[in-house]
Amino acid sequence: MSERQIQLEVLRYNPETDSEPRYQTYSVPCMNEWVVLDALNYVKDNLDPTLSYRWSCHMAVCGSCGMMINGEPKLACKAFIHEYTDQVRVEPMANFPIERDLVTSVEDFIAKLACVKPYLIPKSDQPVSAGAFQQSPAELKKFKQYTLCINCMLCYAACPQYGLVPEFLGPAAISMAHRYNQDSRDGGRDQRQEVIASDEGVWECSFVGACSEVCPKHVDPAGALQQVKVASTLDWYKEHLMPWMKK
Amino acid sequence: MAKSNKPIFWGLFAAGGTVTAFVTPALALVTLIAAMRYSPDMFTYDAIHVFAAHWLGKLVIFGIILLSLWHAAHRTRVTVHDFGVRADSLVAIVVYALAGIGTLLTLVYLLRI
Amino acid sequence: MNKPYVRPLSKTSWFLTQPRYKRYMLREVTCLFIFAYTFLLIWGLKRLSEGPDAFQGFLNALHSPWSVLFNLAVLIAAVYHSTTWFNVTPQAMPIQRGEEFVPGNIIIGAHYAVWAVVSLIILIIGIRGM
Repeated sequence: MSERQIQLEVLRYNPETDSEPRYQTYSVPCMNEWVVLDALNYVKDNLDPTLSYRWSCHMAVCGSCGMMINGEPKLACKAFIHEYTDQVRVEPMANFPIERDLVTSVEDFIAKLACVKPYLIPKSDQPVSAGAFQQSPAELKKFKQYTLCINCMLCYAACPQYGLVPEFLGPAAISMAHRYNQDSRDGGRDQRQEVIASDEGVWECSFVGACSEVCPKHVDPAGALQQVKVASTLDWYKEHLMPWMKK
Repeated sequence: MAKSNKPIFWGLFAAGGTVTAFVTPALALVTLIAAMRYSPDMFTYDAIHVFAAHWLGKLVIFGIILLSLWHAAHRTRVTVHDFGVRADSLVAIVVYALAGIGTLLTLVYLLRI
Repeated sequence: MNKPYVRPLSKTSWFLTQPRYKRYMLREVTCLFIFAYTFLLIWGLKRLSEGPDAFQGFLNALHSPWSVLFNLAVLIAAVYHSTTWFNVTPQAMPIQRGEEFVPGNIIIGAHYAVWAVVSLIILIIGIRGM
């Protein structure tokens, strides 16, 4: 197993003592098969126990370790050391306020996710005795890719429109709304449209496409948002030009 | 949160983006060849007049110009915002007015042919 | 202690920070060329409506180095717009046949094929006349 000395440049911020963030460089002996998260863990265990960052599963499932690695939104557990030179810069996710070191405030995203009602809203109440809601494989496939979202927020770190207009609902929240709108068992689209078809909803998106490029789970939020725009536009024309078609 | 009225313009933007993607490169190539005056036999008044005088030709020309204008107008609005100008309402009025005037002129000239 | 630090983001130069943002802005800026070019078409239409002499005047005015440069710039911008537009159609308008989605390359390829046919028709009508 080969070992390589990596200069890990980490953006640090201590709210108790710092007025603004600063870089601190650690020299880390990295094994070739390590990921950046392993290097951070090495720092925490051996060089500097004060370094703060979030992580949990180490296998791209929990979505906790999102950060900017050489300026690119990445999961630290999925960023292999062998893909980088000897100099690696690690910063907290862009577009989010820094809480401490690599830890960002995620309240804004959580609130946005909640407001699109990301859960099944059945068309009608059905007693348990009526059995399960049936769904065909084709109906499942229609939205399946969106269920792979792990709420890691890398798409928000990649989205310049979210950075520029923080009110924007953003890629993951709208994709999640779209996921339930596309679900054959769901009847909550009208409720979600009130939120996602607003100016701060899907209409802040200008299809930069960065969200889909950085998604570690290969979800396509950019595609979802364009589909929401198409559907919302058809809604608008139906509502205003053909009012007799309404519902 | 109220539903946005952006769909009016976005619908035209999307339809226009598709139309202009199909036709504008070829049109620009035609006018480029005209600008280089490749051959005097090209672009005779009669040939183009015949096309523009037919009602179907008029409809095609009107459709292409209308959608190109509204596509470009809406994207210009977004682009100006992307360059950091935050006077969105003013920008919207200017670009949509330009597209509106262009649409009106096209209609007038087509009816005169 | 809670004192989150918000990093500043330049409203006027944010797109210089990543190559993909630059490509995006390049795509967006194509609309300025298409906007200007459409007004050139409208002007040509005006001269066409005024008779053969006026239309000849339009063609003469079109014949200049600046005009060649402008039309060349429009051509390049328009081609960039077309490719970027067609390449994302499978994302915006996916087609599901039965259980599976139609592969993106087929949707993109169909658009390129139609683009070729439409371009050929325009070139024939535009250059040779009806």
